[in-house]
Amino acid sequence: MATYTDDPRIVEFDVRTDEMLVNMGPQHPSTHGVLRLVLRTDGEIVSEVQCHLGYLHRCAEKIGENLTPRQWIPYTDRMDYLAAMNMNLGWSLAVEKLLKYELPPKAKHLRVIIAELGRIASHLVGMGAYGLDLGTFSPFLYAFREREKLLDLFEEVCGARLTYSYLTPGGATADLPQGWLQKVEAFLKQFEPVIAEYHALLTTNSIFIKRTCGIGVLPPEMAINYGCTGPMLRGSGIDHDLRRDGEARYTDMYDGYAFEVIAQKNGSYPRDHVYPAVPPEAVLGDCWHRFYVRMLEVVQAIDLVRQGMERYSTTPGDWGQPIKLSTKLPKGEAYLETECPRGQMGFYLVSDGSAIPWRVRARSSCFCNLSVASELCHGCLIADVPAIIGSVDIVMGEIDR
Amino acid sequence: MAEFINSRLISTLLGWFNVDALPADHWLGFVLAGLVHTVLVIHVVAVGALVFIWMERKVSGRIQDRLGPTRVGGKFGWLQTLADGLKLITKEDITPANADALLFKLAPYVSFAASFAGYLALPFSDGWVGHQVNCGIFFIIAIVGMEVFGVILAGYASGSKWSLFGGMREAAQVVSYEVPMGMCVLIPVVICGSMDLITIGQMQAGFFTNWILFHDPFAFVVFWVYFTCATASVNRAPFDLAEAESELVAGFHTEYSGLRWSFFFMAEYGSMFLVSGLAAILFFGGWNGPIPIFGPEILNLAYTDAEIAAGTFRLGGYIANLAGCVNFIGKAVTGVTVMMWIRWTLPRLRIDQVMTTCLKYCVPLGAVCFVGVVGWQWAQLWSPNDLHPQQARISVRERGLIDRPVRTEGMARRAEVVKKAAWAGSVPVQAGETR
Repeated sequence: MATYTDDPRIVEFDVRTDEMLVNMGPQHPSTHGVLRLVLRTDGEIVSEVQCHLGYLHRCAEKIGENLTPRQWIPYTDRMDYLAAMNMNLGWSLAVEKLLKYELPPKAKHLRVIIAELGRIASHLVGMGAYGLDLGTFSPFLYAFREREKLLDLFEEVCGARLTYSYLTPGGATADLPQGWLQKVEAFLKQFEPVIAEYHALLTTNSIFIKRTCGIGVLPPEMAINYGCTGPMLRGSGIDHDLRRDGEARYTDMYDGYAFEVIAQKNGSYPRDHVYPAVPPEAVLGDCWHRFYVRMLEVVQAIDLVRQGMERYSTTPGDWGQPIKLSTKLPKGEAYLETECPRGQMGFYLVSDGSAIPWRVRARSSCFCNLSVASELCHGCLIADVPAIIGSVDIVMGEIDR
Repeated sequence: MAEFINSRLISTLLGWFNVDALPADHWLGFVLAGLVHTVLVIHVVAVGALVFIWMERKVSGRIQDRLGPTRVGGKFGWLQTLADGLKLITKEDITPANADALLFKLAPYVSFAASFAGYLALPFSDGWVGHQVNCGIFFIIAIVGMEVFGVILAGYASGSKWSLFGGMREAAQVVSYEVPMGMCVLIPVVICGSMDLITIGQMQAGFFTNWILFHDPFAFVVFWVYFTCATASVNRAPFDLAEAESELVAGFHTEYSGLRWSFFFMAEYGSMFLVSGLAAILFFGGWNGPIPIFGPEILNLAYTDAEIAAGTFRLGGYIANLAGCVNFIGKAVTGVTVMMWIRWTLPRLRIDQVMTTCLKYCVPLGAVCFVGVVGWQWAQLWSPNDLHPQQARISVRERGLIDRPVRTEGMARRAEVVKKAAWAGSVPVQAGETR
């Protein structure tokens, strides 16, 4: 960049284009809610991206300090509203950790089924919305078509389609309804072949590959330095998943389940299913890999749901009654992170011995994932900004809380 | 028309008031005739857009596993666009505070006027054309190129950064794609030896093997290049960078609303049909169906050249023309539908990739095909056009054969023709000019 000078004779030779500050959002179709990005652009080239947050701040944590843990469950729904089941689960586990509450085994299997179905629903939106960011509308509706069926299943379980408040400290608000598992199985059977359609429309589409491969490359070290988690981290080839590497209280749920962490190891993804090959243009850690990891996690989640259903139907015992509203929390603190679809979602609560926590805090996965966005967008084109932000798969409700 | 208006309508009217009749070539008649024609063409464009927007909704709906509009206008929601149009008309007309008000208001009309002026030279059937321009292709390509001015104006005048981005993208993209598109359009011109769209259409009469698409492999390839460039030059996905909604909010028409916005929309659909219709005439035989049912081969109903020249009316010929019109519209609509299909399937390209597609693939491919077609024509290689040479008129192939000895006899004969025409007083010719 040319330097500014007062000498008029030099200014004449100082031919340069002006930089322009562009406001992307908070009302912009591809910022996934109310994210505001300030782009410093030189023509089509973006030299700097600054994220401005807080447009969806709803004081969720402060509200949590005035409610009992079970009453706060609906507020966790409204954080990551696309994966509300997983948010319920995270908070419930944290509260149970403080209470040192032991779950019946059947409740654990129920939670696995629900959480993995929630993961599928969330990744479907992530995938469809990513297509939207790249300018294709149809995959979005294809994804929503399947998600609707999932939401129907969830509706049958808890009566809600978006903010479920289903999993609570102690287990779940109700048992799975009669005949529900058969419906899930029917859905999975119908859903599995559809994934090939998504791959045809997006993953292996040559324009999609052109738009995503080598864009927004996140090296593994940078991913760790910025605290990226979830598909962001695994898309960079780091073999880390809290379902395997997390706290015992959380990994207990998945004890005995057969699954592999979806990350590129030694140059290849775990090939326990048939899915398209990695194109030669793709660089580890780019948008394409992040998208691909999500797609593979959907396939894996199907597998986990099947295993969970089998265990659930063969395990005797109780499905896990919720704890009483007035349950006194023991003095102390607890922090627990779970593997949400978007990354590691942590819940922290401090109790002074009453039924209402003294301090509640949520550690947002998207917040950390988004923090790396400005680094990734450095020097890209304007069209790449939605591609990169979309591949982070943010939900502003969770970031702003 | 003008004469008719002057000598019959106006003069009769004036006669009632005992005023002297107007001369047949009075300007008033021309103005009124022009108005009548303009209104007719506007209706073709507007009604076309009405149908295409409805079709776009239905096509996208079906592609996306939805129904699309179902209610308005009874079945199939066929009045949906009209309802939307009414809504757009009733919306508040907003000009942003930091917009350049005059240019902002002018831009949609520039775009729309360019798009609909192209219809002037677009033949819908044998002789059914607003005005037979002897360089029709040139006219249409030039006029469609004007559409970009409206978009650039809108981008510049809106006073919004997103609009500016859209306008600049459009400028870069459309101007680049004009080059390969022009090359592709030249190929049928070279094959037929005429820029007159009616002549090009007439030469492809007969069986579908006479279409220029099947003239030779290069012509076949060049159609796809043309279609790509046409899609890009009318801003359809995957080349819809100027209005990329996920990047630029709505691109150049971000600040537009209501009727002005709908003018952009009509211009888009108008030019979509225009370039598809052009593709139908240039490569798919225009109004000639795959089998010449009305031609001399089968029913022998269509007008002959002599009849066209004399301007006689015959019911059989009229029906043949009507069928030709249906044929033409069918072909053009197929092209539009394919564009819709592409739009709802593919992601959008990035600006650098769009330019790469143009400069690295379309331009060289167009150039190679151009050379190839010329070589094929020159070497008289076998062509499917030989299979069913048309009986009534001079065919593409024969024309090519006649024109082949370009250097000596052909030039001489053309000079003869020009001279004759000059004798007849239609073409002024200067000494030594051979054209």
